[in-house]
Formats: sequence, C-alpha cells, structure tokens
Amino acid sequence: MMRASNSQPGFVAALLHRLAGIALAVFLPLHFWALSGALNGADFLDKFLKVTDTPLVKCVELGIVLALALHLMLGLRVLAIEFLPVRERTRVAVSICLAAAFAVGLVFLLNVV
Amino acid sequence: MTAILFLAQRASAMVLALFVSVHLATIIYAVRGGLTAGEVLARTRENHLFFAFYLLFVLAVSVHAPIGLRNVIHEWTPWQGRSLDVVLALFSLMLLVMGVRAAVAVYLPPEVMFG
Repeated sequence: MMRASNSQPGFVAALLHRLAGIALAVFLPLHFWALSGALNGADFLDKFLKVTDTPLVKCVELGIVLALALHLMLGLRVLAIEFLPVRERTRVAVSICLAAAFAVGLVFLLNVV
Repeated sequence: MTAILFLAQRASAMVLALFVSVHLATIIYAVRGGLTAGEVLARTRENHLFFAFYLLFVLAVSVHAPIGLRNVIHEWTPWQGRSLDVVLALFSLMLLVMGVRAAVAVYLPPEVMFG
C-alpha cells in the first residue's frame, strides 16, 4: 500500500527517474546490438529497420524516448538540488520536468507518425 | 555509495545531460519521414565529430548506468557486496564494448570493413 509520503511529488519524481533509468539500461545493449548490424552492411541495417517498422515497435520507441527525456529532466533536477544554491519548489520543478519530457515525446510521436 | 562512485555518477551525469540533449534532437530530426540505413549512414560515415561525440557518449554511459543500477539494487533488493559489484563491472564493460562497436559500425566506411 502507498503511504501518504509516497504520493509526494519528490517521491514520484525519484521513482520515475529510477524506472526510466532501469528501462534505458535494459534497452541500451539492444540498441548497440542493432546499430552494430551496420557491420554486416547497409542492407542488413535496412532489413532490420523494415522488420521493426511496426506500430508495436513504434510504441516501444516512444516509450524509450520518453524514458530518456524523463531521465534527463529529472536528473537535471537532482543535479540542481545537489550543486546549485537554490531551494526548489518541488511540485513546480517536477511538473516542469514531466511537461518537458512529455513535450519531447509528443514531438517524437508527431515526427514518426 | 562511496565518494568516488558518487563523483563518477554525478560527473558522468553532467556530461550526459549535454550528450542526451543532442541525441534526442538528432533522433527527432532523423526520424522525420522514416528511417533508412542509407540516410543514417550518410550522416555518420567518416564523420569524425560524430564518432568522437558517440565514443565519449558511450564512455559516459558505461560509467553512469552501472552506478545508477547499483544504487537501485542496493535500495530495492537484498543483493549487496562483491558479487553485485563484479556483475555491474561486467555490465559496464559490456556497455563499453558494445557501444564502441556500434559507433565503429556506423562510422567506418564500407571499404574499410568489407575490403
């Protein structure tokens, strides 16, 4: 069960930051493996891109872009808290991070559809 | 987390903030109108700036990701100690090797790879 503190924006931000980081850590080896396909020639990479050109893969790609943008924005917030002499308004800062990440996701979505 | 790991995590995060921003912008630019190998490789083949950028990107990721995972595993699971550190060191090495291989694959011209 979630405690009251678990619904605080700082907790939600930390949780999302970590979950996005885990998703990226899982995705990265697959991403590197796919790019290494170019070692087998452009044809191999083209075939891979065609095989993965499906709505399901596009959804996964959107998720990864969102995870990357979220991890970036929430990570910048952590760095600001730790290294800058600022006292953040958590709710506002986290809202800005989420809004910026979703904006990146939306721009990506509009470009792939 | 030890002081060295903390500093490595935060220093790599600062570098990655820049790299990830550029990478996200590149992704959004590149996917317009669909991706083809020809388009991707035309941008990356023999592009020294691209190659240096992604080599540093891979290096920073191979430092940042394992330390982050270590923190999460420490806090969320009972797994601690030397075995965890060894596994994460191997994960770091795997990211480094696979990442450099990927950067080389899209950077080197075909005649170098295929003779």
